[in-house]
Amino acid sequence: MLAESLALSAALFTIGVVGVLTRRNAIIVFMCVELMLNAVNLSFVALSKVYGATGQVFVIFVMTVAAAEAAVGLAIIISIFRHKKSVNLQDINLLRG
Amino acid sequence: MANEFLPLFYTFHFYLFSLIALVSAIVFVTRKSPVAAALWLVVVMFALAALYVMLNAEFVGVMQVLVYAGAIMVVFLFVVMLLNLGHPSELNDIRGRWGRLAAGLLGLALVAELMALSRGGVAYNFSLPAAPKAEVLAGPAGVIGPIAAPLFREYLLAFELTSVLLLVAIIGAVVLAKKRSA
Repeated sequence: MLAESLALSAALFTIGVVGVLTRRNAIIVFMCVELMLNAVNLSFVALSKVYGATGQVFVIFVMTVAAAEAAVGLAIIISIFRHKKSVNLQDINLLRG
Repeated sequence: MANEFLPLFYTFHFYLFSLIALVSAIVFVTRKSPVAAALWLVVVMFALAALYVMLNAEFVGVMQVLVYAGAIMVVFLFVVMLLNLGHPSELNDIRGRWGRLAAGLLGLALVAELMALSRGGVAYNFSLPAAPKAEVLAGPAGVIGPIAAPLFREYLLAFELTSVLLLVAIIGAVVLAKKRSA
């Protein structure tokens, strides 16, 4: 099942990348990042079945970082929404110069 | 799991949950409404939790349901509700034939790259430190023991730094989302 898991992980990661590149709603872009993290977690778990349980420790770390990232990222989105009244990434061009 | 007892049952359900995860992920990226997208992402996470359990990672499967589907996605839905983003009409994603074509080609190229990497035999040349195999581990220590042992020995520093990271995230979230009173 290792090959199937890694293929599924690659497919999910690719779907996440395509979502990040094509969507313009900041919240959906964030959810696509979460999907990419999940894909990486799947390959960690699949490889831990072969190489030992250390991979699952890294999954725990990735989950923690994902939680922290979601909290800070959503706070940034709320803060941007307060300024711009929008979460459309096309409208966020403060640093465009 | 019961791989050696019921191989056909195991394989069928593995492919079933893989298919559910894949289809739900595709539906998730194509939804316009953020609420619908979030709920489809929850379906992906449940399917992945089932796959984790089938891959001998029961604890990670439980954490997937509790932390990801239970906590992180609720925060996402909460922010969607808070910002009142339920109207997908004003959102304009990258559309048009050329945008879709470019996105599709990019995705296919990335999949091809990942598949070529896995064909290259790189994945089988890892030199990882010797750790007990997951099958061996479902012994007296249960399924959490084998994860806890390296977490609190080799990765103790990283574990402690994680607590600092979470503290920073909490303070950062509060400071960023707080309304300026002055």
